Amino acid sequence: MRPKEPQPIAPSVTVIRPSRGLVSLDLAEIWEYRELLYFLVWRDVKVRYKQTALGAAWAVLQPVLTMLVFSLVFGRLARIPSGGVPYPIFAFAALLPWQLFAHALTDSGNSLIAHQSLVTKVYFPRLILPLSAVLAGLVDFAIASLVLAGMMIHDRIVPGAAILLLPAFVLLALATAFAVGVWLAALNVRYRDVRYTLPFLTQFWLFVTPIAYPSSLVPAAWRPLYGLNPMAGVVEGFRWALLGQGEGVGPMLLVSIVMVILLLVGGVIYFKKTERTFADLV
Amino acid sequence: MSGAAIEVSGLGKRYRLGRRGGGYETLRDNLSEALQAPWRTIASVLGRPSEEPSPPGTFWALSDVSFQVPHGQVIGVIGRNGAGKSTLLKILSRITEPTTGEVRITGRVGSLLEVGTGFHPELTGRENIFLNGAILGMHRAEIARKFDAIVAFAEVERFLDTPVKHYSSGMYVRLAFAVAAHLETEILLVDEVLAVGDARFQNKCLGAMSDIGRQGRTVLFVSHAMAAVQSLCSRGIVLQAGRVAFDGPIDRAVEDYLRGGAPRAAVVDLTGVAARGGTGEIRFTSFRIEDESGQASVSIPNGRACSFVLGYEVRDPGGSFDQVAATVSVRNALGIRVFYHHNLLVGRPFDRVTGRGEFRLRIPRLPLSSGDYQADLHLSRDRGRTILDALEGETSFEICDGDFFGSGFEYRGGANAAVLVDGSWDHRTLP
Repeated sequence: MRPKEPQPIAPSVTVIRPSRGLVSLDLAEIWEYRELLYFLVWRDVKVRYKQTALGAAWAVLQPVLTMLVFSLVFGRLARIPSGGVPYPIFAFAALLPWQLFAHALTDSGNSLIAHQSLVTKVYFPRLILPLSAVLAGLVDFAIASLVLAGMMIHDRIVPGAAILLLPAFVLLALATAFAVGVWLAALNVRYRDVRYTLPFLTQFWLFVTPIAYPSSLVPAAWRPLYGLNPMAGVVEGFRWALLGQGEGVGPMLLVSIVMVILLLVGGVIYFKKTERTFADLV
Repeated sequence: MSGAAIEVSGLGKRYRLGRRGGGYETLRDNLSEALQAPWRTIASVLGRPSEEPSPPGTFWALSDVSFQVPHGQVIGVIGRNGAGKSTLLKILSRITEPTTGEVRITGRVGSLLEVGTGFHPELTGRENIFLNGAILGMHRAEIARKFDAIVAFAEVERFLDTPVKHYSSGMYVRLAFAVAAHLETEILLVDEVLAVGDARFQNKCLGAMSDIGRQGRTVLFVSHAMAAVQSLCSRGIVLQAGRVAFDGPIDRAVEDYLRGGAPRAAVVDLTGVAARGGTGEIRFTSFRIEDESGQASVSIPNGRACSFVLGYEVRDPGGSFDQVAATVSVRNALGIRVFYHHNLLVGRPFDRVTGRGEFRLRIPRLPLSSGDYQADLHLSRDRGRTILDALEGETSFEICDGDFFGSGFEYRGGANAAVLVDGSWDHRTLP
């Protein structure tokens, strides 16, 4: 005998009809489905570490190897200035948010087509898919952060009080990935071209973000414009919070924040507007 | 409150042709479409006003469907492939949006369009129970509470911590169904999930489903398995070409589906049938059953000889195909496949198939009990590797009592058993 579920006093009524015009964002519904969000993130993380032979080592190897190559090519050969800190730490402090962003962007951009069977067989707010893809990257990020902490301890670099703002910059990186990822995920359902554009996009984006070089190489007058790339604001923010470099909260960061908000609002509206056709097209 | 759990009124769903099952759009397609669009707009302004209700290249998978399901009713939706059953279920489950009409659902809805949605092969049985439960809309506490019941139902206690990729396919579907069977919503939408596992487990699934019906919950059940539908449901809706063709008691609905579903004629013309699979390099054009005198007939007596004759036409006039296999698959009134036969079974692949012609399956002594039957037809080449044509439920016929045993005993067909078997009896008294 199975125990009976307690019956709700007022039964919920669902009305299904063709949607017209602007759709409500219904963020409350996402909150209602938070357990599904949790399980999807949990699954992504679990599967990633189960399936690979090196497991958690991947989270470390990727940024570390990239840092080594950057140190050799940009630090040693090109002698790019790193503002008083050892170049490897200078590069790693930027690669950390970058890897978080790049993986979150790729995974969320592909999230709808990667979960076709869910989209065509089960109802849930579709925004959960790109959202879970973005959040799953945090575990890798946390592991890689330990490496940076170790390097900083080794080199006796002590961050100032600005480190308290670090979570805000992590959030900004996630918001950037989610904002762009939502656009791409929705477009990907209609145009599979997106899937092939994504690797190129992240590669291109890497070079227009001050990762291998400091943004001080960009003339001061142009720097707010540089903030149109929100990742420039994130990376500069990381270096400011951890290494005390740069101006920190300045016009460039403000431009980045405004840019992310615009991208995010536009992306979510576009996503919600096209959401109803996902199951038919995907 | 109206008292109905599900109220469907004027529901319609239009799809664009060629998008279904076909490829996806690319940006290039849309750009070229956009470039052509102004011409089409101009043409439609200058030309005659379009009287078509829907734009070209679209079709209505559902149109003007209305019905109500009172609380606590178990209702079956039946119909042939392409009749709109799945579309209806997808709209009710909110997976896709209707084009017209409205649905009003009172109560918490759970829908099972597939068992094991979201199962991940790398995760263990335990982990998948929680993941799948969450995907189906259960809360974590709810899953934890039912965990033991789910495990016991699935009979996988020993393998709970093994990744499901190491499960046998039987264990896999048992676990998947077990999670689904414990979804306790007031309204349940179910699509053919009963067709899982071995016969013993299928019975168990059926039992679980009828338990759900007895708990006073509302169930809408879509299926091909007439036996299951008849034993579970009290009311049936027959969908035909996207419309409600019948709505009433389940026995009459099944009867209506089996009779009205497929055209019954001595010679069935298949050239106009759109719902078919395969490459189309060769198409079936006609179907008939000949009795022992060579006459096409809709009613064939059992115990006698008969022939299934399948007319075909090769699409490309110069085309010639080797290793062609034609299959006839016969289902009885309960939807159970009673036999199937193809020419490879008897070592006779057809080579150099060209132009137009006929494939003929001869049965010397028809061993099926009397009743209504449907034949599914299937054509392939290269020993079944490439499917050329596939038709499901487009042809139906009747088998009548023909004194199979030659004794004059009135056997009363389907009431006794599905097949007739030759046999002889003896009797002796032991000393």
